[in-house]
Amino acid sequence: MKWSEFFVTGEPMIYGAMVSIVLVSLAILVGLTYFKKWGYLWREWLTTVDHKRIGVMYIIAALIMLFRGGIDALMMRTQLAAPEMKFLDAQHYNEVFTTHGVIMILFMAMPFVIGIMNVVIPLQIGARDVAFPRLNAVSFWMFFAGAMLFNISFVIGGSPDAGWSAYFPLASLEFSPTVGNNFYSLALQISGVGTLMTGINFIVTILKMRAPGMKLMRMPMFTWSVLITNVIIVFAFPVLTVALALMMFDRIFGSQFFTMSNGGMDMLWANLFWVWGHPEVYIVVLPAFGIFSDIISTFSKKNLYGYKSMVVSMLAIMLLSFLVWAHHFYTMGAGAMVNGFFSITTMAIAVPTGVKIFNWLFTLRKGKISFTTPMLYAMGFIPIFTIGGVTGVMLAMASADYQYHNTMFLVAHFHYVLIPGTVFGVLAGMHYWFPKIFGFRLNEKLGKSAFWLIIVGFNVAFMPLFFLGLQGMTRRQYTYSESTGFGPLNMIATVGAFVLAIGFVVLVYNFYWSFRHSPRNEGGDPWDARTLEWSTPSPVPVYNFARVPEVHEQDAYWYSKKKNVPLYSGEYESIHMPNNSGQPFILGIVMFLLGFFLVFSWFIPAIIMGVVTVIMLAWRSFERDHGYHISAKEVMATENKLRGDSV
Amino acid sequence: MARLFPVRHVMGYIFSLVLSLVALGVVFWDLNVTAGLTILTVCAVIQASLQLVVFMHIGETSNKRSLYLNIILAVFVGVVTIFGTLFTMIWGFR
Repeated sequence: MKWSEFFVTGEPMIYGAMVSIVLVSLAILVGLTYFKKWGYLWREWLTTVDHKRIGVMYIIAALIMLFRGGIDALMMRTQLAAPEMKFLDAQHYNEVFTTHGVIMILFMAMPFVIGIMNVVIPLQIGARDVAFPRLNAVSFWMFFAGAMLFNISFVIGGSPDAGWSAYFPLASLEFSPTVGNNFYSLALQISGVGTLMTGINFIVTILKMRAPGMKLMRMPMFTWSVLITNVIIVFAFPVLTVALALMMFDRIFGSQFFTMSNGGMDMLWANLFWVWGHPEVYIVVLPAFGIFSDIISTFSKKNLYGYKSMVVSMLAIMLLSFLVWAHHFYTMGAGAMVNGFFSITTMAIAVPTGVKIFNWLFTLRKGKISFTTPMLYAMGFIPIFTIGGVTGVMLAMASADYQYHNTMFLVAHFHYVLIPGTVFGVLAGMHYWFPKIFGFRLNEKLGKSAFWLIIVGFNVAFMPLFFLGLQGMTRRQYTYSESTGFGPLNMIATVGAFVLAIGFVVLVYNFYWSFRHSPRNEGGDPWDARTLEWSTPSPVPVYNFARVPEVHEQDAYWYSKKKNVPLYSGEYESIHMPNNSGQPFILGIVMFLLGFFLVFSWFIPAIIMGVVTVIMLAWRSFERDHGYHISAKEVMATENKLRGDSV
Repeated sequence: MARLFPVRHVMGYIFSLVLSLVALGVVFWDLNVTAGLTILTVCAVIQASLQLVVFMHIGETSNKRSLYLNIILAVFVGVVTIFGTLFTMIWGFR
């Protein structure tokens, strides 16, 4: 292989990206050395097994990926701003929309959701960590290895270019001969294994580690949503893993699962992809439902309306999410029976979702509402998500779908669902739980400016796409002629996309501003909230709860505040904590290299990395690690310092 | 010695490898479809039971209700995936 094939060449923008990657990496290395932060980075972050730190790392990675995917989006919008633009060529455009999709779903939405889960769930159920802290670190580093492997594809080897759904036969070796789709297959397998382990970890955590008295029907709604989400993860992700493995066999080892000859079946890929892909939609949207439930109830000063129906509707969504996948390919040639069946199941999902919408509205009714930044995101979510949902029901009608299948109408629909549903959800959650981890709130004024820029930019960017779609503009087309008349609406959409981008810049600037100027010492409960996590001091000490709380009611902390029932009683005891470990980080590097070598079919180094992986598993099996104890005296000293001497 | 050497697990491991090799054999022996599928189905059922019983300790819990709930959900997703795929790709295909 020649170097000119190894690196992506011939594009000035790519050269710019290469230079900036090298410069930023150098700046980080020099900075770490200059400020003597290597030891700190290794001890406090890279080897940590603390769920809060892992959650923060997930969220940082997700924000970086948000900007990577966002730049892809801006490039696409620039190319489409006017007829016959020459900003990107067809091939480059294909690569950009593919990476935009994969990164936004799998390397932005997923880790953001999982990051918030990590930070919040143990705190919300009164636990000191997740059930398997070391496994949690492995999950994170597997995700990170996958994300990095996917991201280097645009300077080394070339990005995948067959869409985020990578349909065969387009994604086969015959029609996509570059290594791009190998990156897709391997990066997603590696990070998918991490996600699967997260799923198991959190199911066990929620089922086994709740504080005494917290029955299932007393759990906060976010915990419920995460439990159900993780059940979906455990049942849906194996399908993706198997499909990707078959894809890898097809592309690297010459098997014929998805080819059009020799007994292969190309459409089976689309089928398997969406068997995972539709539940995946609910994996990223259900936790956001939980976040909104908690936020709306906190800032309306009321308990959540219809708690039981919320739980039942989420269970219904979980079951239905496995029954709707064929609506992604109504036009692929299935008969009326198949399309009719999946039309009905798809429309049925609107029922439990509608129940949830009404529950949120009734929670707000006669509430004492305060419009904080997280609450604004929740308020923006309800109407926008409803538009997304209603257009979803339009798309669910199979016969009508033939008209707008794979048009910009579809693109507008899923952005109208995923951006309020997931992005607003995680941003609301981030603003809401930020003080719990860092001890100060994000600035409200900047937060609200960012919110308004984002919500206005979002609607200006995506509302025109509904009309463009109905006029016949297909998705993934890289240019159009002036006579189509698509020009003006596309220009409006592009302007909106840039407003949206400015909103995200303000959002990130808010971290910097608040870090410098936000008031500290606001106590553990700055929002006057309802659930257990707010009964701990902020920032939360490493052991979370000095004494294990006792739960008597839903909204345990609110109950304890109003009825003056103490959550904590008894003496401080010594606390058993897990040790940090460098193994998950090293395993992440090994998996990254294994994936990288397989992408280029360099089998000897790949086999070596496979052997190293087995050695690391064996090493872990024979390791004895009993953790350490924090003495009762030390716990008492920390608590007195954090809470003042009153407790 | 019996406590130090996990005979049950090592045997389970070897047996699962043997089952995988038998399944691979279907490709190399060039069997007809019926014989091949029979061997694959039998191997798959034994393999799945082996993994569940030996390595995942199914049935070692006292909480039978959650166990059955789990199995029901797993069977539901499995049946939906397999028969749903046959439905969309073959039986209901024009």
